[in-house]
Amino acid sequence: MATLTQTIKHRRISEVSPARRLFMGIVELIIGILIYVLFAARLAPELLTTFNMTPGGIDVGQLADWVVPSRLTLTIFAIVCVGIGAYQIVKGFGRATNGMVGLCGLLLIFGFLIWQASGKTLNLSGMLSSAVLLAVPITLAAFAGILAERSGTINIAIEGMMLMSCMFAALIGSLTKSAVLGLLGGVLSAVALAMLHAVLCIKYKINQVVSGTVINIFSAGMTAFISQKFLQKYQTLNNPPMFTRIPVPLLSRIPFIGPILFNQNVFVYMMFLILIILQVALFSTRWGLRLRSVGEHPKAADTLGIDVIRTRYVGMLLSGVVAGIAGAFFTLGSVGRFDEGMTAGKGFIGLAAMIFGNWYPFGALGAGLLFGFADAIGSKLSLLGSAIPPQFMGMAPYLITMIVLAGFIGKGQAPAAEGKPYEKE
Amino acid sequence: MAPILELRGITKQFPGVLANDHIDLVLHKGEILALLGENGAGKSTLMNILYGLYQPDEGEILINGEVVKINSPTDAISRGIGMVHQHFMLIPVFTVTENVMLGDESVKAGGFLDRPKAAQRIQEISSSYKLEVNPSDYVRDLPVGVQQRVEIIKLLYRNAEILIFDEPTAVLTPQEADELFNIMRSLVAQGKSIIFITHKLREVLAIANRVVVIRRGKVVGETTPDKADKNSLAAMMVGREVNLVVKKKETTPGDVVCSISNLVVADKFQNVVVDDVSLEIRAGEILGVAGVQGNGQTELVEAITGLTKIAEGKITLLGKDISRATPRQITELGTAHVPEDRQADGLVLPFSVAENLVLCSYYLAPFSKGVILQYDTIFKNAEKLIADFDIRTPNPLTPVGSLSGGNQQKVIIARELSRPIQFLVASQPTRGLDVGSIEYIHKRIEQKREEGCAVLLVSPELDEIMELSDRIAVMYRGKILAVVPNKGVSKEYIGLLMAGVVPEEPMQLSEETEIEATL
Repeated sequence: MATLTQTIKHRRISEVSPARRLFMGIVELIIGILIYVLFAARLAPELLTTFNMTPGGIDVGQLADWVVPSRLTLTIFAIVCVGIGAYQIVKGFGRATNGMVGLCGLLLIFGFLIWQASGKTLNLSGMLSSAVLLAVPITLAAFAGILAERSGTINIAIEGMMLMSCMFAALIGSLTKSAVLGLLGGVLSAVALAMLHAVLCIKYKINQVVSGTVINIFSAGMTAFISQKFLQKYQTLNNPPMFTRIPVPLLSRIPFIGPILFNQNVFVYMMFLILIILQVALFSTRWGLRLRSVGEHPKAADTLGIDVIRTRYVGMLLSGVVAGIAGAFFTLGSVGRFDEGMTAGKGFIGLAAMIFGNWYPFGALGAGLLFGFADAIGSKLSLLGSAIPPQFMGMAPYLITMIVLAGFIGKGQAPAAEGKPYEKE
Repeated sequence: MAPILELRGITKQFPGVLANDHIDLVLHKGEILALLGENGAGKSTLMNILYGLYQPDEGEILINGEVVKINSPTDAISRGIGMVHQHFMLIPVFTVTENVMLGDESVKAGGFLDRPKAAQRIQEISSSYKLEVNPSDYVRDLPVGVQQRVEIIKLLYRNAEILIFDEPTAVLTPQEADELFNIMRSLVAQGKSIIFITHKLREVLAIANRVVVIRRGKVVGETTPDKADKNSLAAMMVGREVNLVVKKKETTPGDVVCSISNLVVADKFQNVVVDDVSLEIRAGEILGVAGVQGNGQTELVEAITGLTKIAEGKITLLGKDISRATPRQITELGTAHVPEDRQADGLVLPFSVAENLVLCSYYLAPFSKGVILQYDTIFKNAEKLIADFDIRTPNPLTPVGSLSGGNQQKVIIARELSRPIQFLVASQPTRGLDVGSIEYIHKRIEQKREEGCAVLLVSPELDEIMELSDRIAVMYRGKILAVVPNKGVSKEYIGLLMAGVVPEEPMQLSEETEIEATL
């Protein structure tokens, strides 16, 4: 009798619908043409672009400068994109469609850099190094999001938690003259907000987006108030010690990537540490299995004797811890003082990175690095004296966020029960 | 020897309802006890009390003669009670192993999961109870029948002695149901005890050792299958004699009203869910679409009523191409739609009964003049329909969400059937209703057929299809496997088709000539 219940896969209309195939092909063609018309055609053939490889702060593991003929390289890029686009329209790449669009996008960005830096020098290593640093708050915010949403609660308050932690880290760091205590204070303030969010969402079953928004507004107001009243008036309260760069022995000597990844401050290492802990804990431990079950099907978890409410509290509080670290990064790992609204929406971009990364820690890291890279290009180009106003470059990461969230990448697999409060019947 | 389980005087009061009224129940070791009752009779409440999901207001539970307190599912599990829920408690994105061990995980030092060990345990259970399953499969890829096996393995993994099955056959084909009965027999043969909750008489007679009937929260009778038959059980369950067979008048099918050719519908992931379907529905006939839930029936109905886009193919209604028409255009052509989910798609729950009764005609005279609604006419219309269709509501202004399921469905039926229609699409019109309402709705549908309306009836309840239809189309994995006349076709034949097996002989003739009722 067992043979009656065989599994038959559904036929699919096609991997990629014809309209999407055509659209993607046209996008790729346009990218190719843009690279040629905007960049290649406007350069003299003899110009060279020099990529400098000084990551800064360390002089081991350095590579020689990388010199390319600007126009020739750009023309090749353009031809590659047009070729990909043509193949996409005629035959289609099937499963590799998104990857190919991504490749063309990468060539566009790289081509843009070559064009901007033609006849000049661009510090590629330095740019990547700062990209990693800029990725830290975004990636940590994404991890905070994963912890909350994998357990079934939407945490849109990450931005507010980060801002609060940012301010308290500066304040307590300044008072105690200790970066470590500052970090601890920041984390505690974020956890307090997480507790508030958890009580509102899990116990009182308030709409989770409303609760998150309220916390964000509260944080913005509260930090602005304390900042104006105290931090700006008494500068000794806004002068915390910072975490400095610590090169990792051996690893920092790896050519090219060594100085970029392993000569950073402790926040970068914490990001990698949390990445590994999160990955292992979520997918290889009893704790992670239970946490995920609560985010997917709380009733099933409940019938098996798992305490849904408690598990969700734990997820949210841990989310607060990670958001707190992300917030403290600004004052203790990057700037060294607190300014109003200094998290500048990084918590929200972190949520975008979480969705982009499909609620997986490694995916979130990848997305975070991408957003960080976009940020880094923005700041580098204003230094190069680009014709494009720096404000436009500053918009780039947000534009990328919008394009990504608009479903260019396709819908991911969100935890099935996220955003739904659990009610026992 | 004391019975393995005894319930004494269990009482549970919900706001407005006495769900369980001093229920006494005894389960002996190694027996299958059927708990029979209509929807809302209090069977599920009783079992949820036993499983620790609810607390009883009064009464006690005894296991092996000992009074126990069950405060949570954890308590129930530790006392050896396990439950296969009507809606499976499985996590689609987890593997079989992860689903089974969740809450009782095999771990290595430090809390790390030991998946191979749990998988091995599952293999052992699977082979000793003949519950074939692959531990590393993801649950979302498994057919329902196998998912149910995973649920059973979950109980056995926790060494359950008392197994509760809550309406386990609702999602199964007749063959899968038989397969489940074999599993249940082998479970009791190995010393387990089973409580089987159902409202289907055929199943009670097929599998139970003993039957307890519950009506309105009370135990109203106890019997054994050899002393009972369908009619006596139905009478016990409903509290009055029930006419199990609807008398059908002979009609001659007229012209083709709706014709569907080579219809293909895809879901949002571009999976084909309705696959090259061609059907014709004629005036004065009921075409029943049989099939286990989730085989594309929902999408077929949505395509016909204009609620979803079609990928390929053509639908014609009364000579007009409606493949790209809007739902309103299709309604105005003379189509009535009784949707599968009455609360989500059929009604606006916070709106009043009167407003819900004009949802598809409010913008037309006499219900509106220009942009102004004419509430006088709307209320008059409501009062007439409430009387005609016997809708039990305090008044026309009552929000429809506060009516019972049967009366909600009557509001939809009244709205749809009171218009001049030529085509009725009824999707699971009696889902979750009591026998009285089922009888009533069947009569109304039958009446429309006699008036010369073409009817497309979609239902996963094979009995309902066989009772009402003139012709039966069987849907499996999006395809129509066969369209057969109802006369002389056996339930087994349709059942095989529902499981995707096309029998070699053209048609097996039915041994029973009487058609079974939907109970």
